[in-house]
Amino acid sequence: MKRTIFLWLFVGLVGFVLLPWHMTDRGFTSFDWMRDDAPSTGLMLVMQGGFWWLLAPLLAGLAAAAIQLKIQTPVQRSKLTLWAAAAGLFLTALQGLVIVRAGPRLFETFLTGETVMGGQPGFGIGAGVVVIALLFVLTNALSQTGKGQGDAFVVSMIGLIIALVAVFVFYPVSHILVRAFEVQGGYSLTEFFPRFFDSDLWGLGCVIGSRSCGTAINSLFLATLTGAGTTLLGLSFALIFTRTDFRAKKVLRVLTIIPIITPPFVIGLALILLFGRNGTITELAADLFGMEKTRWLYGFWGVYFAQLLSFTPIAFLVLIGVVQGVSPSMEEASQTLDADRWQTFRYVSLPLMRPGLANAFLLGFIESLADFGNPLVLGGNFGVLSTEIYFAIVGSVADPAKAAILAIALLTLTLSAFLIQRSWVGKKSYATITGKADSGQNAALSPLVRTACYATALPWAALTFVVYSMIVFGSFVKLWGYDHTFTFAHYVRAFGMDFSNGWRFSGVAWDSYFTTLTISTIAAPLTALVGLSTAYLLVRQKFVGKDAFEFSTMLSFAIPGTVIGVSYIMAFNFPPIELTGTSIILIIVFVFRNMPVGVRGGIAAMSQLDNSLDEASITLGANSFTTVRRVILPLMGPAILAALTYSFVRAITSVSAVIFLVSAKHNMATSFIVGRVENGEFGIAIAYSAVLIITMLAAILLLQLLIGTRRLRRTDRVQQPA
Amino acid sequence: MTTLTQGSVHFDGVVKKYGAVTALKRLDLKIDPGQLVTLLGPSGCGKTTTLRLVAGLEMATEGKILIGGEDVTHLTATYRKVSMVFQSYALFPHMTVRQNVAYGLTVKSMPKAEAAQKADHGLELVGLAGFGDRLPSELSGGQQQRVAVARAIVLEPEVLLLDEPLSNLDAKLRRHVREEIRQIQQRLGLTAVYVTHDQEEAMAVSDRIIVMKNAEIAQEGTPGDLYEAPKSEFIADFIGDANLAACDVGGVTDGIASVRMDGLTYQVPAGGLNKGAAKMVLRPHHLRLHSADEPGVKGVVSYAAYLGKEIQYTVDSPLGELFVISGVVNKPFAQGDDVSVQFDANLARLVAA
Repeated sequence: MKRTIFLWLFVGLVGFVLLPWHMTDRGFTSFDWMRDDAPSTGLMLVMQGGFWWLLAPLLAGLAAAAIQLKIQTPVQRSKLTLWAAAAGLFLTALQGLVIVRAGPRLFETFLTGETVMGGQPGFGIGAGVVVIALLFVLTNALSQTGKGQGDAFVVSMIGLIIALVAVFVFYPVSHILVRAFEVQGGYSLTEFFPRFFDSDLWGLGCVIGSRSCGTAINSLFLATLTGAGTTLLGLSFALIFTRTDFRAKKVLRVLTIIPIITPPFVIGLALILLFGRNGTITELAADLFGMEKTRWLYGFWGVYFAQLLSFTPIAFLVLIGVVQGVSPSMEEASQTLDADRWQTFRYVSLPLMRPGLANAFLLGFIESLADFGNPLVLGGNFGVLSTEIYFAIVGSVADPAKAAILAIALLTLTLSAFLIQRSWVGKKSYATITGKADSGQNAALSPLVRTACYATALPWAALTFVVYSMIVFGSFVKLWGYDHTFTFAHYVRAFGMDFSNGWRFSGVAWDSYFTTLTISTIAAPLTALVGLSTAYLLVRQKFVGKDAFEFSTMLSFAIPGTVIGVSYIMAFNFPPIELTGTSIILIIVFVFRNMPVGVRGGIAAMSQLDNSLDEASITLGANSFTTVRRVILPLMGPAILAALTYSFVRAITSVSAVIFLVSAKHNMATSFIVGRVENGEFGIAIAYSAVLIITMLAAILLLQLLIGTRRLRRTDRVQQPA
Repeated sequence: MTTLTQGSVHFDGVVKKYGAVTALKRLDLKIDPGQLVTLLGPSGCGKTTTLRLVAGLEMATEGKILIGGEDVTHLTATYRKVSMVFQSYALFPHMTVRQNVAYGLTVKSMPKAEAAQKADHGLELVGLAGFGDRLPSELSGGQQQRVAVARAIVLEPEVLLLDEPLSNLDAKLRRHVREEIRQIQQRLGLTAVYVTHDQEEAMAVSDRIIVMKNAEIAQEGTPGDLYEAPKSEFIADFIGDANLAACDVGGVTDGIASVRMDGLTYQVPAGGLNKGAAKMVLRPHHLRLHSADEPGVKGVVSYAAYLGKEIQYTVDSPLGELFVISGVVNKPFAQGDDVSVQFDANLARLVAA
């Protein structure tokens, strides 16, 4: 244990003495600083550059080393080391926040002098190494004081995840809170409330009079209806899927999966092409029935329609588990008590599903609030919070303070829904699956319910099918709605290759396509790693503050993408952590946006692994790291696959947070497509989307092949038919 | 694996608390090397907590734990020389039987070939030679349990811990496997701590039994001690069935108490009790039923169950409801018959009321 601390102290020293403390203009990984004469490493900055304040981490490290060597009583030694490391971390963070080029200055009277006023660039690789080293010294020391059962690996993991969540979730979100109180040249508490409760946000004009409602009310209204609609549709699909002998279940399944791997505004786009003023169906209706061509699609109904199409699969996936969770013996019991099929459904099955229904509703509600793509494409004058935030940042009049206020309103709504979901639904579970094998049969649906399910779900499935055929069709015609001649032109423009002179990627989409793939490929394993590590800690380890830890890791699920995007540009555009314009910020945003799903999946998978497997490994002399590597990981195949797939797909399809963070150098597929849509180049946008969908399908298949299934029993010993 | 390191286990004032809940009151415990000691008690009595404290899966809130004379109070399970057999076997489903048994050796960086050889030897020891390449799911429950035992003993632990190792086996297999575990333990001279809630199992395998109740030790001793000289109502009832009847000790001479019960006087071994109220322990098979005109405690048969080798009666009597096991099966009493119950006072025991 003592050796580990010295190891980390040494790593920190190397970071301080040999690596450049600050971020250089040439990027994070450039090695040019080695040849430069200007002071770059922490030590050189202190000695030659007059950056005396950087001495703090060095002194803390030296103090920790001295304590380790001199003090004999173990508990006291650990405690003092802990304090030294904590002080080092605190001072390092403080100097980064306080000594900056511009912005609010604290301790102005105390920190004077030319070098201080000159500020400093953001943290670089040297600072990163020093901070991580100090963090691990701290966690190792902490584990020796008897916390976390003396397991340094576990305590270090907890420390690392807390630090990451703090820096990449809480730190940026706190920037939004601060910005919301900003007024001309200062901060004001009293200004906040009138601005927050403005009628632009909460106005009920559309209910009382003829004016339009506030954006927050719009969002709330839309989210409620979307939640209800997706839950109903999802339930219909789930019932058809599990309780009927419907022939084309496989087709249904595919129809419910595809929307998940569809870039978010693609559905909106297809709807425009079908129902827009010049859409195929609009034209058809005008020709056949002489119906007037209107722009009804642009506004509430269009967005609602698109959201139903986009989010019904999520409700379906939640509800299919819930419907299957209703034990057959409950329904059989009801039937033997002389209830008919309708009564059984009404009084037994449905009440048992109630928490699941509430869960599906709240998920749809949160998704709708956070949705950005659909309102952007179809919203028209119907403003919702997530798009208004975007326009407040990138619009003609950039107003970060307004964006911050809107973001707080949105955050308030999603967090409330999230808290309700956790406190009320999260604890209630009527899951009736037990370890015992249930041999009974689920009751068939009563004719009434079955008809209702078919009547809602099948037209819906047909519509989804039409929408997707249109996407494929649209990518192969010259100009949708006007000129339906077959062409490859869109694909050639986007993904053309030029062989005239050697070969090169001449298509306009290649750049963003490769960037997207690279970043998603890097982000996916990191997301799975962070998510599953967190799940491991939550399921398998006992420590103080576990509930708060779980809550903070799940929090980013409730923070809409636009809010994250805004908070990231507010927080990471300036030192001490200056990341905007890099590809790192894109990777980070994906990791922390998608982590909660990895956590959830990991918790579910790990709860199925009997705790005694870990304990057996530990009592056989393995430490917790070996246990994770040799026992838990091999058994977690499916969960790892799910986490990887999900984070990969989300990284490719997400648009809300990304659109704030892309740069000319690192453009992502989705923001490229949004740009094409805004220019009216629908063909190329749709062709690109189709390629993305195919890419994702291929990636999912590849992952499935690579990770495969667990070999727990021999499959070659299938019973031979007699 | 010729000899195994022998180890003693010593608990010195060990207390375990989970927040406000006390799982284990101050516990002093000494287990001698080479013995198989059983922790026996109803669920929630603290026996599994005690075992996990020995394993290092739980950390003591107070007190000291020594294994083989060495203070291990602050060592985690990884670093203690104990190994454990789990109730659910906890075989790693993705490893073969041989990999499972060799696991503890390979994590200690033993070369693979040597570890595999030792694993095969361990499998031989539990009678599973040749099963090394199978997956745990391809073995029966009893075989899986023996793999778990092999996995624990190839590490040559100082102490072998067994947490209800038989509870997932069916009744017939249970007797067979427990005999096997006992034989291996005796052959290797292992110190073993065995947890169970089944008193018959405990009696069958143990050198010593520690009966626990409400997070503390109720009584400890050899199986014979506990059955023949229970110190409390709880022990009398828990170790073997017992009828407990209220009685009054009139006086004690030469270790024989003169006891009044339901108007009659009996001469019963005093078992250290003095004058005053007490309870008489009457084992079901010590009671004999006779027709009502004979002397004895009068009663009415309220239930009779014919089991072939014996008949179990429930008799309503002034002493309370009596449970009687009778080997006389050719002339059974029927429900509602008036009977008188006789017993040999020498075989009765007294416990404090």
